[in-house]
Amino acid sequence: MRTTLGERLTDWAISGFMWGFRILIVFIVVYGTFSTLSSGKYTGEQWIDFIIFGISQGSIYALIALGYTMVYGILRMINFAHGEIFMSGAFSAYFLATWLDKMGFIDANPALGLIIPILFAMFMSASISMLVERIAYRPLRNAPRLVPLISAIGASFFLQYTFRGFFGPGVYAYPPIKALQGEWVFFGIGILKSQVIVAVSAAVIMAILYVIVMRTKIGKAMRAVSEDKDTAALMGIDVNRIIVSTFAIGAAMAGAAGVLYALIFRQVGFFMGFTPGIKAFTSAVLGGIGNIPGAMLGGLVLGVFESIGPALFLDGLGIPRPYQLKDAIAYTMLVMILLFRPSGILGERLTSKKA
Amino acid sequence: MSILNINNVHTYYGNIHALKGLTITVEKGEIVTLIGGNGAGKTTTLRTICGLLQPREGDVFFNGENLNKYKAHEVVYKGISMVPEGRGIFTRLTITENLEMGAYSRNNAEEIKEDMERVFTLFPRLKERRNQVAGTLSGGEQQMLATGRALMTRPTVLLMDEPSMGLAPVLVELIFDTIGQINKQGVTILLVEQNAHMALSVAHRGYVLQTGEIVLSDTAEKLKNDPTVQKAYLGIE
Ligand SMILES: Nc1ncnc2c1ncn2[C@@H]1O[C@H](COP(=O)(O)OP(=O)(O)OP(=O)(O)O)[C@@H](O)[C@H]1O
Ligand SMILES: [Mg+2]
Repeated sequence: MRTTLGERLTDWAISGFMWGFRILIVFIVVYGTFSTLSSGKYTGEQWIDFIIFGISQGSIYALIALGYTMVYGILRMINFAHGEIFMSGAFSAYFLATWLDKMGFIDANPALGLIIPILFAMFMSASISMLVERIAYRPLRNAPRLVPLISAIGASFFLQYTFRGFFGPGVYAYPPIKALQGEWVFFGIGILKSQVIVAVSAAVIMAILYVIVMRTKIGKAMRAVSEDKDTAALMGIDVNRIIVSTFAIGAAMAGAAGVLYALIFRQVGFFMGFTPGIKAFTSAVLGGIGNIPGAMLGGLVLGVFESIGPALFLDGLGIPRPYQLKDAIAYTMLVMILLFRPSGILGERLTSKKA
Repeated sequence: MSILNINNVHTYYGNIHALKGLTITVEKGEIVTLIGGNGAGKTTTLRTICGLLQPREGDVFFNGENLNKYKAHEVVYKGISMVPEGRGIFTRLTITENLEMGAYSRNNAEEIKEDMERVFTLFPRLKERRNQVAGTLSGGEQQMLATGRALMTRPTVLLMDEPSMGLAPVLVELIFDTIGQINKQGVTILLVEQNAHMALSVAHRGYVLQTGEIVLSDTAEKLKNDPTVQKAYLGIE
């Protein structure tokens, strides 16, 4: 293809700028890390704390990210209402848990006091998500790609303000599970029980999901539909049913994540889905959107990065309150992945056919 | 009663009138071929039969039952299966999983296992690669898999869209051999082909399709000797 000098100069300028940006980021991270570590400000135990917190927070991102990635895999659509599905689950669980708590059930039965609200949140999130799919997405299945995206943003606001309308703008304290307060000591290192429980619960739920997707008839059908809807229908697969199931399963993961989130951060509110939603979306993109192990990995990587990042390289740059910049790490990562490796860690290149 | 009866079917893509009053009948146990050039409407015909497209006018009857009210995934349960154009392999699923998807409409695990063995006997190469992801198969192997997968539905009628496309001559022979074998096991076949020579040698009867209309229909033997067919589709001057 012939290009004019002007076009070539623009290309050079853009690629020069991109390289400059990469070098700048690498420099910031390396320089910051170096100066933090050489100052010896943090102890080994603190680093371990950061990492454990990162893992438990990251496993929550991973759970939410699965819903984004599964829906994208099957419909090539970003379900921007997914953060609100997470919020709906947490909110529903809050009401059930408060009621159980008042009856003294949670104190008497801490394990069930955790599991029952999780199951309830999964059920509620799945139900709401199925409604959203039916009302806001399915009628637009054959519309241009931008249209369902706008509808998703509408659904997201609708859910937020419905909860706000019913339960007000404030936050509610999720009832504590007393048995999960305090620390366990492993090899002389104290680790918060709640963080361990969150990471373990998330791992169990993700393992179940993985088995469903890889081994069961419905899981295989989901993978078949995500590749080729027409051919899947020729096999006798009811494509609409599989799409709804995908929404429901992804939403159930988000609902469970909502309870785990409430367990660590102890709060639920109508706006709580926004930030974790974006973080989880970032995780899904980081891992390669459409890729299930990618979403799990992306969540963990982002969680850990976010947790150690402020201390590791922001502090070393002399930023006075590095923790305030925690969220900026996720957003910077999102922009960088989109710029430099849109396919994510495990994803394939998005070909024009798939996109 | 014919097993398949396509009666005065008109199918559109938006404003494009792709099938203009098509009438085709297929009798039980036959191999019928539909030949025609690019864009004649062959694929459209098959997609209309199996419910992926709805005719705007006309009906498709299967064993006397009108299929128009059924969606594609319901038509399979009636006993019609299709090997789509370009094979439609699920590339990220393994060969076994692809075959399992073929058996999606069925529940008897014993029978499914038997049928899978039967497919593996038909195509031993698939058996060797059963746990391999299907995207790694060669074009010929993918065609075998698509055919095997369609058989896993236990069809009474099998629709095949250009099974010879892009295959080396040896493989084309093999695929057409298999088509004959499948037919002898009692499956009725409607075969779409551009390779008219091969198609007419395996089929009992044939239809020639041109821009959405049937222009000729006869026994395969007669079509092979028809001067217009020879000129247009067999490359004989
Ligand atoms: N999705 C579509 N949208 C619009 N027009 C279409 C579509 N698919 C097919 N057509 C048109 O319908 C007509 C018939 O197409 P069809 O695919 O049935 O042809 P075909 O006989 O299978 O050709 P080929 O041998 O190339 O596969 C063509 O004119 C084609 O351009
Ligand atoms: Mg075709």
